[in-house]
Amino acid sequence: MLSAEDLAALWLTLQLAVLVTLVLLVIGSPIAWWLARTRSAWKRPIAAIVALPLVLPPTVLGFYLLVAMGPSGPVGALTQATGLGLLPFTFAGLVVASVIYSMPFVVQPLQAAFAAVGERPLEVAATLRATPLDRFFSVAAPMAMPGFVTAAVLGFAHTVGEFGVVLMIGGNIPGQTRTVSVLIYDQVQALQTTHAHWLAGILLLFSFVVLLGIYTFGPARKMA
Amino acid sequence: MDAGIRAKVSISHPGFLLDVDLHLPGSGVTALLGPSGAGKTLLLRTLAGLERARGSYVAVNGEVWQDDAAAVFIPTHRRALGYVFQEASLFPHLDVRGNLEYGMRRAGVTAAGLLPVATQLGIEGLLERRPHNLSGGERQRVAIARALLLQPQLLLLDEPLASLDIARREEILPYLERLHDALRVPCVYVTHMPEEAIRLADHLVLLDRGKVAASGPLQETLARLDLPPPFAADAATVIEATPVAFDAADHLTELRFSGGPLFVARRVEPAQGKVRCRIVARDVSITLQRQTDTSILNIFPAVVADLADTASAAQVLVRLDCGGTPLLAQLTRRSCHALGLTRGKSVWVQVKAVAVIR
Repeated sequence: MLSAEDLAALWLTLQLAVLVTLVLLVIGSPIAWWLARTRSAWKRPIAAIVALPLVLPPTVLGFYLLVAMGPSGPVGALTQATGLGLLPFTFAGLVVASVIYSMPFVVQPLQAAFAAVGERPLEVAATLRATPLDRFFSVAAPMAMPGFVTAAVLGFAHTVGEFGVVLMIGGNIPGQTRTVSVLIYDQVQALQTTHAHWLAGILLLFSFVVLLGIYTFGPARKMA
Repeated sequence: MDAGIRAKVSISHPGFLLDVDLHLPGSGVTALLGPSGAGKTLLLRTLAGLERARGSYVAVNGEVWQDDAAAVFIPTHRRALGYVFQEASLFPHLDVRGNLEYGMRRAGVTAAGLLPVATQLGIEGLLERRPHNLSGGERQRVAIARALLLQPQLLLLDEPLASLDIARREEILPYLERLHDALRVPCVYVTHMPEEAIRLADHLVLLDRGKVAASGPLQETLARLDLPPPFAADAATVIEATPVAFDAADHLTELRFSGGPLFVARRVEPAQGKVRCRIVARDVSITLQRQTDTSILNIFPAVVADLADTASAAQVLVRLDCGGTPLLAQLTRRSCHALGLTRGKSVWVQVKAVAVIR
């Protein structure tokens, strides 16, 4: 069955994924909103940057993050100057890296959902005296709710499944940065395949349930 | 304080120019009539602030909504307007009541006002329904009620019937007519259907390729001889008449207007008050003497006010004055010469068909 080590890794992974998902919904929403509605020339470059983690090898991303957050990197200099210390090989560093790594999985479904809502409902709301912020919360967000669900589930699942970035940024510190995917790797390296089977099985089942849930959800609602 | 609506709008897109300077009355219904692509919707959106055309000026009953010369632009949500969009525009995540209350709450209107307006539009039984469970006509009535409940200073309607079939249109038109009679709020009603404009409007603005072809009271504007081709093709005028008596044996109602009596082949109750009749210029003929041996019932005296050529070389358009009410007649050039029609000549008018439109 599951050892204390396994449970610690599961618990850590869960904490990481929940925190990352929340952070991503908060910062991903305005980015997706902007991308869905802007006619700015910056739209394509920003969209490309957000999508980079989709194509970049996680080790490459992790490498650059490690350099940036390291003692001589710009982020590292900033965190040291503000008294936060260095982020690599800490849980906080893992959160920051995961947010960047999972960003497209949250921004893209949200962007699609906002685009599907369209301009008209917001215009209607404006003629009904709703301020821009009010329009977002009372019309755009409820109408894009299926997009929020998809974004949250994908962001969560993708964070649970990450490996390369975690290994580069987090190292492998039990209880702090050792997530399930890293632990499975360790167990296989140490020929503890029974343990690896249990954890891998849990992740497999989890992934299947998540995808089934997404496919069961319908597309964004249209105006009637 | 300047009563009425002033809209000076100039928009230039590649291949399209909208350039209008309108003074509209501060009460009653103004119809913006024109073929598609004339710029009607764009003008309406500019009034609402949904479109921002630089160098424009919009003021409603003395309140300036946009004056780019003075860097004034009130955003849509702070303009006291109601807007009914062409297609269904109800929020799908709210029921009918939620849709109606959405604007009321934000406009600071008390909830007590909801039921009377809902009843007026015949949607009081639908309040708990979701928009996708409503018919197209019901949805549009909810949208109209939602706009009215804001108690706006100006009601803007963008072809509210265009997305509906004929039966649904006939379902909504009576509500709109009743509103027209009950409301003090000025309305601007965009349409490409002359029938709708004639039924609902007091003031008519004809828009053609981004320019105002004519603007004025309905009757006078329809009777103008200088309208551009899209409007001159089916020239018709509107007269207002009062029902006097119904002859059950012949099934004819006698109406009376400034030019004399008028008979229509349908029952109109005197209690209904003034009715609006449409007379197509092709159905009007002219004689010098009063004819007695004719099947035509509607014969009355008139004076020739003006004459003009039409797009067809064979036809002329004659504007007649029937005791103050203008009427158009379309005649052949040959008849016009044979009768020696000139301005100021007294003639007899024969009308073949009168349609009561309201």
